Amino acid sequence: MSATVITITSGKGGVGKTTTTANLSAALAAQGKKVVAIDADIGLRNLDVVMGLENRIVYDLVDVVEGTCRLRQAMIKDKRLQDLYLIPAAQSRDKTSVTPGDMIELTNQMRDEFDYILIDSPAGIEQGFKNAVAPADRVLVVTTPEVSAVRDADRIIGLIEAEEKGPGDLVVNRLRMDMVRRGDMLDTSDVIDILAINLIGVVPDDENIIVSTNQGRPVVMSNGSTAGQAFRNIASRLNGQNVPFIELKEESSFIKKISNFFRA
Amino acid sequence: MSIFRRLFGQKESSSAQAKNRLKLVLVHDRVDLSPGKMELLKDELIKVISKYVEIDSDGIDISLSRNNEQSQLVANIPLLEVRHK
Ligand SMILES: Nc1ncnc2c1ncn2[C@@H]1O[C@H](COP(=O)(O)OP(=O)(O)OP(=O)(O)O)[C@@H](O)[C@H]1O
Ligand SMILES: [Mg+2]
Repeated sequence: MSATVITITSGKGGVGKTTTTANLSAALAAQGKKVVAIDADIGLRNLDVVMGLENRIVYDLVDVVEGTCRLRQAMIKDKRLQDLYLIPAAQSRDKTSVTPGDMIELTNQMRDEFDYILIDSPAGIEQGFKNAVAPADRVLVVTTPEVSAVRDADRIIGLIEAEEKGPGDLVVNRLRMDMVRRGDMLDTSDVIDILAINLIGVVPDDENIIVSTNQGRPVVMSNGSTAGQAFRNIASRLNGQNVPFIELKEESSFIKKISNFFRA
Repeated sequence: MSIFRRLFGQKESSSAQAKNRLKLVLVHDRVDLSPGKMELLKDELIKVISKYVEIDSDGIDISLSRNNEQSQLVANIPLLEVRHK
């Protein structure tokens, strides 16, 4: 086995890196791959809660790097899936406690054992980003269809190319077809046109994401949500399968109005 | 909604505005030359060129563009012909 290291990054904060990392890790594991997810957002640990593994943390990434524990002791096994592990970030340290060299060394120790190593990058372009990208074989850039997020994605794509990790693949997250149709949201084609990189997935804005985060259970672990299907498709594409893009539909406004009426 | 917009003579959709603004801002971002700096460049360029030839300053157009993966500074500087003076 020789793992592919995939870093999930964005530039702008809050666009869905952690959500994407958690779901792709779980989806790849569900497809029979051996996966470890690493939270590289040191000081702002979140991948643990999104994956629902926060109660089992003893050691973290910084402990491993500093030699406080062995690598294996910091790996939390997800009991819901066959081969899914998490290495959590340290919460009370900062990004300078780890170097790009440490990340390369750490991932090299795991390459033989895993199919995929996914790294959740912090927002920004500083050391945390550099740590996350250093060991990457592939980089996924997450953006939302908004001016500020797309602008930052362009900057990140430039930096990834400069680090010779590029050009990367794009995930457009939180797309709302109702707004696109109204002419009030950039469509995926607009974003691709502007950024000129390969599109690997489009994830709709979906309430199920928030529900699943509440529960600590990535959406791909349950059936029935469009966001879950979108993430499963990205996982298949990472596995080299040629999966057509799902056509995202808006809820019909009539049905929406009625259901809102009954909900209210 | 877009028909509504057209009927009532509204401007382009907000997504079209987003796209146009993004295209423009990225051209500047990519070469790290802000619109303000470009104005300074333009003024200085005019000064330098005017040392050698006379410029028709009303027709000057200097812009950044991207062609074939390459950013370009495109300057259109009309010159005054001596026989027109
Ligand atoms: N497709 C989606 N539909 C609805 N909500 C979403 C979607 N994707 C992400 N969110 C929500 O957006 C918020 C930010 O997501 P997330 O934490 O994954 O972003 P991030 O890029 O990791 O943020 P940070 O830069 O702070 O690390 C969360 O509340 C998450 O639930
Ligand atoms: Mg995050």
